[in-house]
Amino acid sequence: MHLDILLQQILNGLVLGSVYALVALGYTMVYGILQLINFAHGDVLMVGAMVGVTVVGLLASSGLPGPAVLVIALLAAIPVCILLALTIERIAYRPLRNAPRLAPLITAIGLSIVIQTLAMIVWKPNPIVFPDLLPTDPIPIAGALLAPKQLLILIVAGVLMAGLLLLVNRTKLGRSMRATAEHPQIAQLMGVDANRVIAVTFAIGAALAATAGILIALNYNIVQFSMGFIPGLKAFTAAVLGGIGNLGGAVLGGLLLGVIESLAAGYIGDLTGGFLGSHYQDIFAFLVLIVVLVFRPSGLMGERVADRA
Amino acid sequence: MSPTVPFGPRAESRQPAALLTLASVSKRFGGLQALSGVSLSIERGHVHGLIGPNGAGKTTLFNLITGLYAPDEGRFELDGASYLPAAAHQIAQAGIARTFQNIRLFGAMTALENVMVGRHVRTGCGAWAAMLRTPSQRREEAAIRVQARRLLDEVGLERLADVPARTLSYGDQRRLEIARALATEPRLLALDEPAAGMNATEKRALRELLLRIQSGGVTLLLIEHDVKLVMDVCNRVSVLDHGRLIAEGEPHAIRRDPMVIEAYLGAGHA
Amino acid sequence: MPERWPRFLRAAAIVAIALALAILPFVVGTQGNAWVRIIDFALLYVMLALGLNIVVGYAGLLDLGYIAFYAVGAYLYALLASPHLTDNFEFIQTLFPDGLHHSIWLILPLGAGLAALFGIALGAPTLRLRGDYLAIVTLGFGEIVRIFLNNLNAPLNVTNGPQGIGNIEPIRLGGINLGRTQTWSGFEIPSVYLYYYLFLAIAIAIIVLTVRLQDSRLGRAWMAIREDELAAQSMGINTRNVKLLAFALGASFGGVAGALFAAFQGFVSPESFNLMESVVIVSMVVLGGMGHVPGVILGALLLAGLPEALRHVTGPIQQGLFGHELIAPEALRMLLFGTAMVVVMLYRPQGLWPAPCTGRRMHGVPQGGQAPRSPR
Repeated sequence: MHLDILLQQILNGLVLGSVYALVALGYTMVYGILQLINFAHGDVLMVGAMVGVTVVGLLASSGLPGPAVLVIALLAAIPVCILLALTIERIAYRPLRNAPRLAPLITAIGLSIVIQTLAMIVWKPNPIVFPDLLPTDPIPIAGALLAPKQLLILIVAGVLMAGLLLLVNRTKLGRSMRATAEHPQIAQLMGVDANRVIAVTFAIGAALAATAGILIALNYNIVQFSMGFIPGLKAFTAAVLGGIGNLGGAVLGGLLLGVIESLAAGYIGDLTGGFLGSHYQDIFAFLVLIVVLVFRPSGLMGERVADRA
Repeated sequence: MSPTVPFGPRAESRQPAALLTLASVSKRFGGLQALSGVSLSIERGHVHGLIGPNGAGKTTLFNLITGLYAPDEGRFELDGASYLPAAAHQIAQAGIARTFQNIRLFGAMTALENVMVGRHVRTGCGAWAAMLRTPSQRREEAAIRVQARRLLDEVGLERLADVPARTLSYGDQRRLEIARALATEPRLLALDEPAAGMNATEKRALRELLLRIQSGGVTLLLIEHDVKLVMDVCNRVSVLDHGRLIAEGEPHAIRRDPMVIEAYLGAGHA
Repeated sequence: MPERWPRFLRAAAIVAIALALAILPFVVGTQGNAWVRIIDFALLYVMLALGLNIVVGYAGLLDLGYIAFYAVGAYLYALLASPHLTDNFEFIQTLFPDGLHHSIWLILPLGAGLAALFGIALGAPTLRLRGDYLAIVTLGFGEIVRIFLNNLNAPLNVTNGPQGIGNIEPIRLGGINLGRTQTWSGFEIPSVYLYYYLFLAIAIAIIVLTVRLQDSRLGRAWMAIREDELAAQSMGINTRNVKLLAFALGASFGGVAGALFAAFQGFVSPESFNLMESVVIVSMVVLGGMGHVPGVILGALLLAGLPEALRHVTGPIQQGLFGHELIAPEALRMLLFGTAMVVVMLYRPQGLWPAPCTGRRMHGVPQGGQAPRSPR
């Protein structure tokens, strides 16, 4: 194993992981407040990417520089995704807040199918190319190469995560969110409007997912109506890995999962003597999920649960 | 099961006088020491009361005995044989059954079905026997049904056999829980506040039921707040406060014990 | 069957239903064999839904990867009854110079058994997981199986990857080849009719087995776990083993259906076993009436038949309204499922035909009590 290749894989993994972290934050915030897995979160990501590619297509002949187009695409995608997420919350989750926990999961799955199918109808089933909006000459970093778009992903993700942590820890809104997550009834007695906090939580998660969707589209140069499922599942794994409900855990879990996946995909061929190739990459996230849930369900940074005989 | 009484321990157990012994049991939850150094001995055939102010650790002790929690320290002995409160289902097999403070019935199942579930631990037909409907499976099913009906009869719920458990009244649900626990043919029946929410008539019926159960050979461990009931049925009472055993003895002695009074009412009342 | 009916009326009803089922393919077949084919697939879905009903409906374990067991049964049959293995592996060619052909009486139990093993493998790590986490993990398993089926074509070509395995032999029953039209005293009976009767017989067998399980000690143990796992444990039920049994038995029915599917279609590929299929089967159970056999059968027949019926109707409607087909039939099917799941959960969570003693509250879905902080 050459160190350069190792470093390259790790860098790639961090880029991938930053995106997972953005999406994982959305899952973990909703779980923290509602104890609910937002199954439709991956589809919000997909819609963000699709809106983005549409905007990019519309602006293709406008002569605007790539980065500007990217910013406009983001500014278009984020409100659409926020609206979508709020609608999902209103239809699938709010009416079932007191129902057994599997009920909102089933409605979420149903909505996820509807959203994907509508996307398939609107944008057609075939993949659409998302052009490179940034210069493509790679930047050398300590023996490895980083494309400008990868650097952008790291920066954007980093800024957003820092911003979110600031919001949650230093603002009044953030305090309300934390209070509702810990004790909804008491928070309400203290004057916190639970519905508003929940709506804001979904909105923030949607904004992060929209950004992640566009970043993924930029990174892989391709979008498709089915693109939300796998990243959604992996981001959920990342959230569980870090400790569901824990924001720092979501970030840590995301980065860690990205690096694990990158390294595993890179070395799986060598490790298994050619028996398993890198097409099996997606399985790693599932395996990580299963291992974490079986052996350490509270995740890396979660609270340890009391002993049960 | 004995033909005359539908419940009762399966076989004559050999005789240490104490059915259940706890020695120096402790349990901690995070920063809270729920139980420390509790030692307790329940004599065979007794109705043993466990009382104490709220938060004293009574239900925690129940949960330890029945295997829902693992103790931090302490020894447990059932009928002279040491056991580790490991798996709740094994404890039921060994002969300890319980009811719950918050009533945990199988809501969508009928009253009869709830009690039939109680027979699970003393019966054995599995998947193959069920799918093939072997003669022994049919016999066992019929026997389970008969035994369950008799138990419902014992607690006075025979008219409500086919009613979903969650639609029963509160008092009926408590009685159903007792019937279900009795179906497991326990040696020790642990009841967590069986009289809670009952009116005077229901409490009288409960008292009769508890004494009938006792006369059938089952030992009873009872968490209860109703002083009259405790005085009436218990042979012996242990008092917990803040996780420690502060008194034990005959009900009437306990009632006058200054430490007990202080625990309930605060200093200055003794 | 309503118990108030007098005996002869009940017997008459059963005879009437049996007659109707016996002549159904001939009646429907007048509209074309395609419709009988749809019924055959609907019967397969009935088997799948009943199998999943054991896991979801009785034991209350939401399995989103159930299609994997269908795949296991299908691929097992495909491998044992097609030229694939003999074509790709010399040592098998030498062992079986006449090719691999196997009797259905051997493969069905094998398929059931293998699927059951997979069921236990799936169930074992999930035993202590809470509802929604269990769902996600089972979903992951389903996907893992599909990914392996899709990629196990190098270095050893076991599954033939995305191209799938073809040339699968039809079923031979008592000398009759179900894959060929048979002539019987002047009547021509097409292959799809023959398969109909076989599937009907097996579906009825599965119904009988399911009902027997439901009204047994094991069935009550499952429902006890579904209602309150802690109380079930306290009553002496070994919840670990009982849950594993649910997974194993449910999976075995799926495996049987899978083997039948492979023989019927003559061809299997990983695409048939994707997440959407698992979701479809879950929908059938949930929408029909979880834990209630008649409801589950209704759910399966409706959700298998309606999309096909719609397909024939919406094509012309869209042509008339828009001049061309706006929404493809497959997309329509998915929209139907997704919307149905949302609407039913919101307005009739107990399903279309729930068990009689169910009130307005959702039947059978585990309550879970206080939402804990972590997945256990």
